[in-house]
Amino acid sequence: MASAKKFLAGWGRYPVQECITWRPERASGLYLPTPMISRGQGRSYGDAALNENGNVVLTERVNRFLDFDSDSGELRAEAGVTLAEIIDVCLPRGWFLPVTPGTKFVSLGGCIAADVHGKNHHRDGAFSSAVESFSLIVADGTVLNCSRNENSDVFWATVGGMGLTGAIKDVSLRLRPVETARVIAKHQKAQDLEQAFTLLAEEDDSNEYTVAWIDCLARGRSLGRSVVMHGRHATAEELPASKSVLATGGRKVRTLPIDLPSFALNSVSVSLFNAIYYRREGGKQKSFVTDIDRYFYPLDSIHHWNRLYGKRGFVQYQCVLPINTIDTAFEGIKRILEQLSASRRASFLAVLKRLGPESGGLLSFPQSGYTLALDLPVRGKDLFAMLDRLDDIVVKAGGRVYLAKDARLGRDSFEAMYPRLSEWREVKQRIDPNNHFDSSMARRLGLTNE
Amino acid sequence: MSEARKILILGATSAMARGTAAAFAARGDSLYLAGRDTDELTRLATDLSVRFSVTTHHGVVDIANTASHSAFVKQAATALGGLDGVILAAGYMADQADAATDFAIVERMVAVNYLGAMSVLDQCAALMAAEGQGFIVGISSVAGDRGRQSNYYYGSAKAGLTAYLSGLRNRLSSQGVHVMTVKPGFVDTAMTYGLKGMFLVASPEDIGRAIVRAVEKRRNTVYLPWFWRYIMLIIQHLPEFLFKRLKL
Ligand SMILES: Cc1cc2nc3c(=O)[nH]c(=O)nc-3n(C[C@H](O)[C@H](O)[C@H](O)COP(=O)(O)OP(=O)(O)OC[C@H]3O[C@@H](n4cnc5c(N)ncnc54)[C@H](O)[C@@H]3O)c2cc1C
Ligand SMILES: NC(=O)c1ccc[n+]([C@@H]2O[C@H](COP(=O)([O-])OP(=O)(O)OC[C@H]3O[C@@H](n4cnc5c(N)ncnc54)[C@H](OP(=O)(O)O)[C@@H]3O)[C@@H](O)[C@H]2O)c1
Repeated sequence: MASAKKFLAGWGRYPVQECITWRPERASGLYLPTPMISRGQGRSYGDAALNENGNVVLTERVNRFLDFDSDSGELRAEAGVTLAEIIDVCLPRGWFLPVTPGTKFVSLGGCIAADVHGKNHHRDGAFSSAVESFSLIVADGTVLNCSRNENSDVFWATVGGMGLTGAIKDVSLRLRPVETARVIAKHQKAQDLEQAFTLLAEEDDSNEYTVAWIDCLARGRSLGRSVVMHGRHATAEELPASKSVLATGGRKVRTLPIDLPSFALNSVSVSLFNAIYYRREGGKQKSFVTDIDRYFYPLDSIHHWNRLYGKRGFVQYQCVLPINTIDTAFEGIKRILEQLSASRRASFLAVLKRLGPESGGLLSFPQSGYTLALDLPVRGKDLFAMLDRLDDIVVKAGGRVYLAKDARLGRDSFEAMYPRLSEWREVKQRIDPNNHFDSSMARRLGLTNE
Repeated sequence: MSEARKILILGATSAMARGTAAAFAARGDSLYLAGRDTDELTRLATDLSVRFSVTTHHGVVDIANTASHSAFVKQAATALGGLDGVILAAGYMADQADAATDFAIVERMVAVNYLGAMSVLDQCAALMAAEGQGFIVGISSVAGDRGRQSNYYYGSAKAGLTAYLSGLRNRLSSQGVHVMTVKPGFVDTAMTYGLKGMFLVASPEDIGRAIVRAVEKRRNTVYLPWFWRYIMLIIQHLPEFLFKRLKL
């Protein structure tokens, strides 16, 4: 196998680092005898799948389906298989992902390594809840089978472990049955943050999936103004009989061909967009039928939309604030939004979601509470200082920042956010004492260089 | 869709072969995947049957081991229940400088790209000629069109293969068997990943689909992607006094 030096970045295109890339064509090539990190579709935002001047193994060609039982929904596939491929193959046969992030261009390996969550986390848990087992190539090149019963400590260190325990090879997961490829959605306007929280907390059948889009530039009494979006899978009965109910139907995909100049997204353009969006989407109060692509993956219809943020890229700040006492999450999110709107930074995409209980992954992100995600262009000296202040709010509230989105979190804050870090370190020390699996993120956070 | 054909893929673990196999499977054909890496062949075969709900078989063959070819081809045809088509994708390209200092590498390139290819395709040709139908696709290379200092051991083996395929086509055309020569330019596979000087690199999936389309049209020789025909036309027609001074 030959390597190629390349400048790589995550989805946020910050930071950009030179790495030595390897691209195996088969599963046996997922492991290198020299220190390395795995990389799936590069949809994490920061430096999780980077290894500056070191080896990065691209898993994109290691994408074979190994078994699919269309009676039980059990699927086994190589770690490089993407969720898009699973949908293509399994949805026409009546099966969908039990948990999916907001893009389908992610690999199974990446979904386990970040223990990703979807709009149904409050009901169905994180990605690991759908994973039965996986095989993991560890530091000496041997393969470990990991499940809740076998090597369970390695299983839980790998779930959310950002590729630092080994290279995930084959994955077994259980899909969920669906009758149709459609989703019934309903939108509600929330005038302010309090109302958004209330709407997100409502439990009923119509909100199997829930997420709120926040207008981050709204201030004062409108702070937290948002559109709360509910959804659930449509049953066959609910659709006109003539339609082929499991057909996905093509969607026109556009590509953003160039970097937009960095001034394109500013507080004026974003607030204009937000006002229009709030009125249009918030107006859809009656439930309507949409499809899986439009509902779950609205951004996937524009390839390279990350170029919107210009050459310097952007960071996504995603944190969760637990609901220890009912008000801690609310107060924390409110303070974060206040800081943001005071700094007049335009977050083009801001999402608020409710999360359910932890999965058991030692470094998994989700915990019972509310999560806020903000996309912020890398611009102005004070951006990172402001994010540090947000970290303090998060730490005080007992919350955490999501590593899959992170490019800048400091070590101390990280350690304060992840209380099971010492358990994780024990497993790492045992199965990979020489840090065979290492990344730029791991070094930044002190996961591989204490 | 027309009836499922029974197709043997030699060198099935190559990315280009995988792209081609997927394009055949997408139209419902049954496949026999042959190569050296059994674990990988099993994975590839399962992948195709899960994705496309087609029948797949697989088995081991070493293209350089010519003595094994007769038995192997019979076995593959038996498993498939006949033989309607063959794709030869197996190939081996070593670094020119390494080959220049170690003749065993040159021998290996000739053994795989040329000698072994002739041996295994002869066996397939015999079977298909007896049935009076079928197609044979040989993946040669633009590197065989004119020897260049950077790659002439490999190139000359491919030139041999191209000439062989041309002769085979000539012989079999009256017997109902169609022979197609494929000359890829640069394709994004393990063979080229990380190599310097690559340009206009095509994806193996696109090449695979193009091969299947060209088979349907019963083309004789195809350059893939198409523009390589013109690039090679120029390279082949440069006068020798000029060509020999170029660093190609
Ligand atoms: C538009 C968009 C929307 C998103 N929405 C959500 C969301 O709703 N919820 C959510 O949770 N996340 C979301 N994400 C984040 C994304 O789901 C995660 O970052 C995911 O990990 C990306 O998968 P990937 O294959 O691109 O992995 P990469 O980004 O390539 O890698 C991520 C991590 O996984 C590790 N890894 C990858 N493959 C392997 C392997 N085979 N073995 C071991 N480790 C491996 C890498 O080392 C790295 O640490 C979103 C991202 C985008 C761009
Ligand atoms: N990539 C390009 O740019 C390019 C351009 C022009 C022509 N080509 C030709 O296209 C074909 C496919 O190549 P590729 O690019 O996909 O490269 P590849 O991935 O290196 O594939 C080569 C294939 O040949 C097989 N092989 C090698 N020696 C063998 C042997 N002794 N017996 C059986 N199988 C053997 C390999 O099998 P193992 O898995 O067992 O090693 C592998 O499947 C080759 O003939 C190549 O020469 C490629």
